[in-house]
Amino acid sequence: MIEQLVLYLQYPFVRYALIVGVLIALCSSLLGVTLVLRRFSFIGDGLSHVAFGAMAIATVLQLTNEMLFVLPVTVISAILLLRTGQNTKIKGDAAVAMISVASLAFGYLIMNLFPTSTNLSGDVCRTLFGSTSILTLSGRTVVLCTVLSVAVILLFLFFYNKIFAVTFDEDFVTATGTRAGYYNLLIAIVIAVIIVLAMNLVGSLLISALVIFPALSGMRLFHSFKSVTVFSALVSVLCALVGILLSILAGTPVGSTIVAVNALAFLLCWAAGKIVGRARA
Amino acid sequence: MAILTVRDLAVGYAQHSVMEDLSFSVAAGDYLCIVGENGSGKSTLMKTLLGLQKPVSGQILLGDGLQKNEIGYLPQQTAIEKDFPASVREIVLSGCLSRCGLRPFYSRAEKKLAEENMARMGISSLSRRCCRDLSGGQQQRVLLARALCATGKILFLDEPTAGLDPKVTAELYELIASLNRDGLTIVMISHDLAAAVRDCSHILQVGTRRFFGSREAYLQSGAGAFLFQGKRGGGPS
Repeated sequence: MIEQLVLYLQYPFVRYALIVGVLIALCSSLLGVTLVLRRFSFIGDGLSHVAFGAMAIATVLQLTNEMLFVLPVTVISAILLLRTGQNTKIKGDAAVAMISVASLAFGYLIMNLFPTSTNLSGDVCRTLFGSTSILTLSGRTVVLCTVLSVAVILLFLFFYNKIFAVTFDEDFVTATGTRAGYYNLLIAIVIAVIIVLAMNLVGSLLISALVIFPALSGMRLFHSFKSVTVFSALVSVLCALVGILLSILAGTPVGSTIVAVNALAFLLCWAAGKIVGRARA
Repeated sequence: MAILTVRDLAVGYAQHSVMEDLSFSVAAGDYLCIVGENGSGKSTLMKTLLGLQKPVSGQILLGDGLQKNEIGYLPQQTAIEKDFPASVREIVLSGCLSRCGLRPFYSRAEKKLAEENMARMGISSLSRRCCRDLSGGQQQRVLLARALCATGKILFLDEPTAGLDPKVTAELYELIASLNRDGLTIVMISHDLAAAVRDCSHILQVGTRRFFGSREAYLQSGAGAFLFQGKRGGGPS
């Protein structure tokens, strides 16, 4: 088994795929805590469906680099969704539901009306659940993913204190003279970027798992924002590595393998949290 | 010049005002208490003063060189998000955010300020604890320390003692009074008229019987008599 792994690792594209996978996992875990606590997770889910619709259009148009189309569309949707969400809560909820199912439906419809390959269900499956094998990532995608991941990580580090304050108490931040709206916008844009990135790894249906599982795992065990963030980043990277290696060895679809590993990690953290909590009490 | 001046203010939601023609001013060092029945628009007024919502009409002027980022705020007890993982230190330090501008990290001076304010509120020993595990009174002290990090001039408090037991309430009022004696201007909403009248220097009563003036004038006018009767023995709203 190890020999097989060493053999695979000799190919540069396998190594690149591993690096990209780890970077994407790191990015997606960073904003997880914010998403979970601000009840933005539904926006994340909605956006991933928008990304699916955009991906379908990009496929039909046979664009050489789909991400250059999908990314702007998703970012714009994120900004629009956030704006409607500010007015009234119910409207925002309905808007997300409406946009997400509509783009899912239109995406599938377009792919059916203008099939670009004979393997339609294969194409749809790939967009929904990610590449069946990490090895199918194209060289351009690898470069773009790396650049975007690094940008997201730098942005997060730079605005870490602001993101914490806005997540914890938006009213206080506004009342004391900081423009919370700008940081909400920043968070929305970063989420959109993360979703488009993660789509390459796990596909649009499984993205939420990649964003939310590590944060929830961290919250079982730790009690400060910083420690939860650091722990969830570590767990996410570890799960991605294990998931990718497993999928290479066992020939399983990479996205669902990573998510399955994440779910297992959550169960472990949950159990550990219960035991620690009982020991304290 | 007053630190805060309100002229012909009307507050409410979406052009529907719940309070109109309100004018008053707060001088540096004042302790203003805002009282009134439930639903008279006290919290809406405070949100408008803080810029969390737009006034329907009228003006709110900051004076005495007070900047928008020199305001401290203690929100109505929102029951800190039940699942939120945040240590006491992280929350108090986040009060320094308005001092940062675009600077990404807190300076040594700001970290020291946070330590000092935790000591002032008597919560230094809780610094590493998770806020959700603390009692209501302790949580209010944490949020008060955060507000103090944001301001050295004026503090807005929205029903700081709602839901606290009598002993903790008395301690918190004493803490607020001592902050005022140290020179901090206080603007506080309270449903607890007896306590309010004991500590404050000025009173703004909104609702059916409008009053604004000093504490002495208020007691002589008898404007609050019906509130006293209505509230005595009643629990927190």
